[in-house]
Amino acid sequence: MSVSEIQPVPGPVVSTRPSAIKVQNVSLTYRTTFERVPTFKSAITRLGRRERAVREVQAVREVSFVVPHGTTLGIIGANGAGKSTLMRMIAGILPPTEGRIVVRGKVSTLLALGVGFNAVLSGRENVVLGALAMGMSRKEITEKYQEIAEFAELGDFIDMPMRTYSSGMYSRLAFAVSVNMNPDILLIDEALSAGDASFKQKAADKMKSLMEHASTMCLVSHAMGSVKDLCSHTIWLHKGKLMMHDETPKVIDQYSKFLKVGENAFTLEDF
Amino acid sequence: MTTARADDDEFTTSVHVYEPHRRGLPRLRPYLRELWHRRQFIAELSRTNMRAAHTNTVFGQIWLVINPLLLACVYFVLVIILAGGNRGADFFAHLVAGLFAFYYFSGAVTTGAGSVVGGGKLLMNISFPKLMLPLSALRTAFFRFLPTLAVYFAIRVAMGLPFYWEMVLSVYFLVMISAFAAGMGMLIGAVQVYFRDMTSFLPYFLRIWLYLSPVLWFPQDAPERFESIMWLNPLFPILGGWGDTIVAGEIPSLSLWLSAAAWALGTLTVGALFFMSREREFVVRL
Repeated sequence: MSVSEIQPVPGPVVSTRPSAIKVQNVSLTYRTTFERVPTFKSAITRLGRRERAVREVQAVREVSFVVPHGTTLGIIGANGAGKSTLMRMIAGILPPTEGRIVVRGKVSTLLALGVGFNAVLSGRENVVLGALAMGMSRKEITEKYQEIAEFAELGDFIDMPMRTYSSGMYSRLAFAVSVNMNPDILLIDEALSAGDASFKQKAADKMKSLMEHASTMCLVSHAMGSVKDLCSHTIWLHKGKLMMHDETPKVIDQYSKFLKVGENAFTLEDF
Repeated sequence: MTTARADDDEFTTSVHVYEPHRRGLPRLRPYLRELWHRRQFIAELSRTNMRAAHTNTVFGQIWLVINPLLLACVYFVLVIILAGGNRGADFFAHLVAGLFAFYYFSGAVTTGAGSVVGGGKLLMNISFPKLMLPLSALRTAFFRFLPTLAVYFAIRVAMGLPFYWEMVLSVYFLVMISAFAAGMGMLIGAVQVYFRDMTSFLPYFLRIWLYLSPVLWFPQDAPERFESIMWLNPLFPILGGWGDTIVAGEIPSLSLWLSAAAWALGTLTVGALFFMSREREFVVRL
């Protein structure tokens, strides 16, 4: 892939350091069992023929790129382009089917689902459980917890079951957790789509301050405004393939042309 | 960088390399070290799950005691009807101790089996040693079992049965039950990812296993022609030794000690190795 080998032009300080994320020819294929109408009859006939209703989905195909240390990479593309899958692979959650990913640094993820894997438990319990699973010690968590709770501004809701949360509260807590983990590499997946205007502002400020502290970031977003604002370089994925990897304005320009909509379409949404 | 530690590996080190999944084991030492490092997660996950389990009920945590009592009553009535009513206090103590131990085992296996498939969101968002999930299920089952043990001793006192020093030896068999249950939970938990139908089979499988084990009957009551086959049931030496020690206060024969350990540790090793060799593929299959 020729596009992918274009090394973004980093500052002199950054260029001496190794890349934070290196993705080399990575593909991922999901195998899912799939039947349009699952019936008893078709199950029996399948058993008889020793078949299984397996469908392969190529979520990511031969993608390569490099993210230098301390830079922010935007990831754009239509729904189902493989953006979230790519993020999960960088986080080490999904193993690639082919290729190789090298990541240098402690990764913190803010994926679409974020914390809150158990809706019966309170926000506090979810935060503590998530942090323990990430390998933090209890002492570190109690130190961090206050910061997280303050940042999320949930008030009394922090001790209520997460099923009582609005989607905005949910994403505020998820965001607060991932940015307060002191990550070297922060992966953000459409995190702020549900936050209100003031929280989005606060989140943007926080992300900028993290960038100044030389954190590496990957930002998946449909909000071209924030991608332009935060990311120097951007990759564009389409149906699992890397279409372009270049400076953000150029990529967004091409992407908008591809979608045959003016850039105005994006000003409707911010984050 | 403040949280980077020297003992980090595989899941939190500074350099990670992700390559296509190969069938095979992860490097065991760093894996087990990570597992030990996150032992608090195992405890916390089981603690919060237990707290959440009875939040919507009137009796709440009292169910931990009501459940085993009702269970003992149901099986006592059942066995009395089947046996024609000539059973005494000894038998009731044997029944209760065996049932509680068996339900500890089956609870650990059932929750362990469901822990991977049920851990969906956690697995999708955080990278961690997955062996923590069945281990956490084992801890949950153990803490559900502890109150039932208190119920058992209360029943013993109420029926005027004596206590023996040999009952202390039952701890050995309790450890064996735990190891065996952990191994089975890991094995079935991993299998369930590929073969979801296991969820529907498991309750029947466990029920038949209960009837085949010396819980509703005394080991010595078993017909002689089944003697050789009974030793193929791992729960026969394990629950047999448990009953000998905690109910009768007898020191079990050496063969019981040895075969209980062989079954339990063997199953634990096989289960853990199978689970670890497959766990990197779990997320793709969920």
